[in-house]
Amino acid sequence: MAEKLKLEMVTPYKRVLSEEVDELTAPGFVGELGLLPGHTPLLTTLKVGELTYKNGNEVFHIAVNWGYLEVEDNTVTVLVDTAETADEIDLARAKAALGRAEDALKTLSHEDKKYVVMEAALQRALIRIQVAGKSH
Amino acid sequence: MASLKDIKKRIVSVKNTQQITKAMKMVAAAKLRRAQDAAVSARPYAEKLQSVMSNLAQREDGDGHALLNQRGTGRALIVLMTADRGLCGGFNANVSKEAERFILNNEHGFDDIDLMIIGRRGRDFLKNRVGEHITKVHEDITSGATYKTAQLIGQEVVDAYSDEKYDAVYVIYNAFKSAIEQIVTVEPVLPIQPQEAEEVIEDSVDYIYEPNRGEVLSQLLPKMVEVQIFRALLESNASEQGARMSSMDSASRNAADMINKLTLQYNRARQAAITKELMEIISGAESIK
Repeated sequence: MAEKLKLEMVTPYKRVLSEEVDELTAPGFVGELGLLPGHTPLLTTLKVGELTYKNGNEVFHIAVNWGYLEVEDNTVTVLVDTAETADEIDLARAKAALGRAEDALKTLSHEDKKYVVMEAALQRALIRIQVAGKSH
Repeated sequence: MASLKDIKKRIVSVKNTQQITKAMKMVAAAKLRRAQDAAVSARPYAEKLQSVMSNLAQREDGDGHALLNQRGTGRALIVLMTADRGLCGGFNANVSKEAERFILNNEHGFDDIDLMIIGRRGRDFLKNRVGEHITKVHEDITSGATYKTAQLIGQEVVDAYSDEKYDAVYVIYNAFKSAIEQIVTVEPVLPIQPQEAEEVIEDSVDYIYEPNRGEVLSQLLPKMVEVQIFRALLESNASEQGARMSSMDSASRNAADMINKLTLQYNRARQAAITKELMEIISGAESIK
């Protein structure tokens, strides 16, 4: 299969990635989303999750925050608030954040405005830990 | 004529000032480089977002999202970006004056205009001029502006707009042209003006939208606001450093000129004193003969 996907990933701080990949899995808003070359045009929002892409036999994992993804003409544009590769993640910090979020959630009620915030923090921490665990 | 000692004292004090302005210039130059880098690396994100938006807008048959609706001329909000510190030439004054003009002239005919100020200097400047319009002041965020900061401000603005507290939002900031040139810019933020796409894409392949177009749009639009504010913050920061650098540079040069002048004056005075002494000695010796 000669065709490849061109993956571009940008955050407000920098261009994280710009390379050719074979396949891509992203945490779409409505569910996990696998992309191969020749995909039809698509625009979706992303949620906090793990983005995986494959280049040859190598697999890369990136923890992404809220953002969105666009596919057009075999070009995948991913715009996210943050993107961290496994070795960029500070595992200790993520674990600490996880603990904090868990504690806060226990004390808050569902209606509380902060509940949503802490829930999001919890998710981010979980994803970071998950991705960091996959570094080799 | 000032005595030798007085002149000497002034030279020393000017030299001290020069040292400070020189140091400030160096610091500003280093910060400018960093601020410029930040502004440049934020660009791809903004551009991508922009292109996706115009793509969307092209296919949008206006299902009227709240942030796109033109609501007329009720209340407006200005987000003014200034610095927390002075000593940067006309940086703060220019942009603050523009805001003042905006409020006083009220060219768009708003019923009322509120002012949200970022940076202490803008507040100090406008407090006594249009103080009754100032509703909020953010301090100490300009120098280390992160995306998070912009997000918070963006959310605040979007929320206020969605609650119909305001019918239009503008930002006023110094756009960064070069280290010595800043352009005071007034930019409408809300309602979002969908940009006319330059070329209409022929094969209007419809995108698949997930979850659906309305949802995508309503998540993207607030993002636009945040990005616009983020960019303005970064540009303003870069401009501030640029303005400070060039004004400190000219201050250092002025100090050097002044030192030259004073040194000349000092030498003249010294020579005059020597001549005077000589004359006294000679005439004294003459009278003894």
